[in-house]
Amino acid sequence: MEAFKTHTGLVLPFDRSNVDTDAILPKQYLKMLEKTGFGDFLFDDERYLDPGDVEIPVSGRRPDPAFILNQAPYNRGSILLARANFGCGSSREHAVWALKDFGIRVVLASSFGDIFFNNCFNNGVLPVILDESTIDELFELASGMGGLELTVDLEQCHIHTPRTTLRFVVEPGRRENLLSGLDEIGRTLTHSESIRAYEAKRRGLEPWVFD
Amino acid sequence: MAALTLYDKLWQRHLVDELSDGSALLYIDRHLLHEVTTPQAFSGLRAAGRKPWRIPANLAVPDHAVPTRKRELGIAGIADKVARKQVEMLSLNCEEFGIPLIELEDARQGIVHVVGPEQGYTLPGMTLVCGDSHTSTHGAFATLAMGIGTSEVEHVLATQTLRTQKQKNMRVVFEGLPGFGVTPKDLILALIGRIGTAGGTGYAVEYSGDAIRNLSMEGRMTICNMSIEAGARAGLIAYDRVTEQFVEGRPHAPVGERLEQARGYWRTLVSDTDAEFHREEYFQVDSLVPQVTWGTSPEMVTGIDGKAPVLSELAPEQRESARRALDYMGLSPGQSLKGVAIDKVFIGSCTNARMEDLRSVANLVKGHKVHRSVQQALIVPGSGQVRLQAEREGLDVIFQDAGFEWRSAGCSMCLGMNDDRLNSGERCASTSNRNFEGRQGKGGRTHLMSPLMAAAAALAGELTDVREI
Repeated sequence: MEAFKTHTGLVLPFDRSNVDTDAILPKQYLKMLEKTGFGDFLFDDERYLDPGDVEIPVSGRRPDPAFILNQAPYNRGSILLARANFGCGSSREHAVWALKDFGIRVVLASSFGDIFFNNCFNNGVLPVILDESTIDELFELASGMGGLELTVDLEQCHIHTPRTTLRFVVEPGRRENLLSGLDEIGRTLTHSESIRAYEAKRRGLEPWVFD
Repeated sequence: MAALTLYDKLWQRHLVDELSDGSALLYIDRHLLHEVTTPQAFSGLRAAGRKPWRIPANLAVPDHAVPTRKRELGIAGIADKVARKQVEMLSLNCEEFGIPLIELEDARQGIVHVVGPEQGYTLPGMTLVCGDSHTSTHGAFATLAMGIGTSEVEHVLATQTLRTQKQKNMRVVFEGLPGFGVTPKDLILALIGRIGTAGGTGYAVEYSGDAIRNLSMEGRMTICNMSIEAGARAGLIAYDRVTEQFVEGRPHAPVGERLEQARGYWRTLVSDTDAEFHREEYFQVDSLVPQVTWGTSPEMVTGIDGKAPVLSELAPEQRESARRALDYMGLSPGQSLKGVAIDKVFIGSCTNARMEDLRSVANLVKGHKVHRSVQQALIVPGSGQVRLQAEREGLDVIFQDAGFEWRSAGCSMCLGMNDDRLNSGERCASTSNRNFEGRQGKGGRTHLMSPLMAAAAALAGELTDVREI
């Protein structure tokens, strides 16, 4: 997995709460077999005026100029700013793959859907929980001409805005994983003996589980 | 010893290691797979040269993108060639890695969350995961069941464990006797309406109270299924006689001495009487009214005697999302929900496509006709076994005589990955679990409700109160 240490980028303000993963990546793209190539379909239903599907080239489709992903400078945004319960609903990791493929490395929100939150960490995307008043302030800053540039520093757990430095909290395990970018499966397999010992014990207690 | 909740007990029983970074390694007993969230996980295994840790812990079945017609043709009958390739890929991956697979043509095929319990693959006291958020369904068996992402699917395949954090405990108590027309779907929608779609985030939710104890396993699965719509990855219901009777005799359930031994353990799968919960909610269900959603989030719900909200009466922070939802749904603020004309009806999904659901629909529609203004009324059974049983009971004839289309099993119009979907602007009375914008098709408008209420809407051609039919 790609490591995440620090990231500087432009904020893409997405002023809405309860953004679900169906909206982030609509169902027709779940038929794809890879983890890449989803960026063109991020927020597809709202981003284009005409319907899309896997085999319809986006070059032939009409982007909706009123939608923020189609507006400069936000179309270069790499830090998505949203409100409460971002990424609720379906477990589809494709939603994170789409954000990442579009170029998003950080999502700032006041809360997240649980499964989406996990999925971010497993793909080198940093989801940061900030209180609602801080989110309000960031929206205000981001609405100015030319947009808002932030630096998100995971080593220090700081976000540098033009005005101030904000602190955020990430669970230590998740932070370490992102900073190292190490393969989680490889790390878990270092516990293979514990897993086998556990299985042997459980098999004695509940043999039907292993039948 | 401190009193434990059911969740605490399941957690402790499956804990392999507490890791230095504050997370835990949780052992996973069962892993269900389907075609949509697994191809990248198998590719990952292949790239790293890894093998599944414990092959019999896995069971795969295609369900999400499969057509609900012409199933006698098998995979060749999937007209969408991209979807066909994905279902073929599931077969190839299962063959390569040795994973047990129920194929499309198999009479046991169906929605993964219907198939697991039906086959006795889901058993009490287990941990069960699947790359699908409605995995919470299996919590009805006093099993810790959670939806996971594809990276975690790969992790579970390779290690039989999940790296995860312990959740907080929430208890939701439903007391009383629901009146006619009030079903498990109405209970869970009412809960989501009260606590919101993020109300359960970070919690494992245990449902209890006499209104839960009085439910069949099918009703309990409907409740646990929509835990994720309240934000909770896992829902749970204590083990009791109802669980015991459901499990007994299922193909993968233990028998004989093993069953006796299992029951001894399963009977401990209840929260201790003095266990403490971080949050509790109480519902008196006697006066509950059949529920119907008016908006584009499951929390935008009210009784069928209710109205779409008047914006000025909402909290200021709710107004913009309500305005947007009403606009999308083509409803006016303050409009009565009763009488809103519908175009399509969908009775199906992992929430509501089991025998009890279909029997309740058949009872209501027998001898009646789907209203002529309804363009399409689909009934999609949750599994091939449900379909067969319904046909044995003659329900398919009742449905078709009434003007419903009787289909083969799959997720179908719940998420519209196959060709069962809404066109832009179409309004649907649906027994599924999500009314998000575009969920059932771009521009489609979904009203979530119980099977009884959807059947009543089909007959009336509009949203209506099943209690008045």
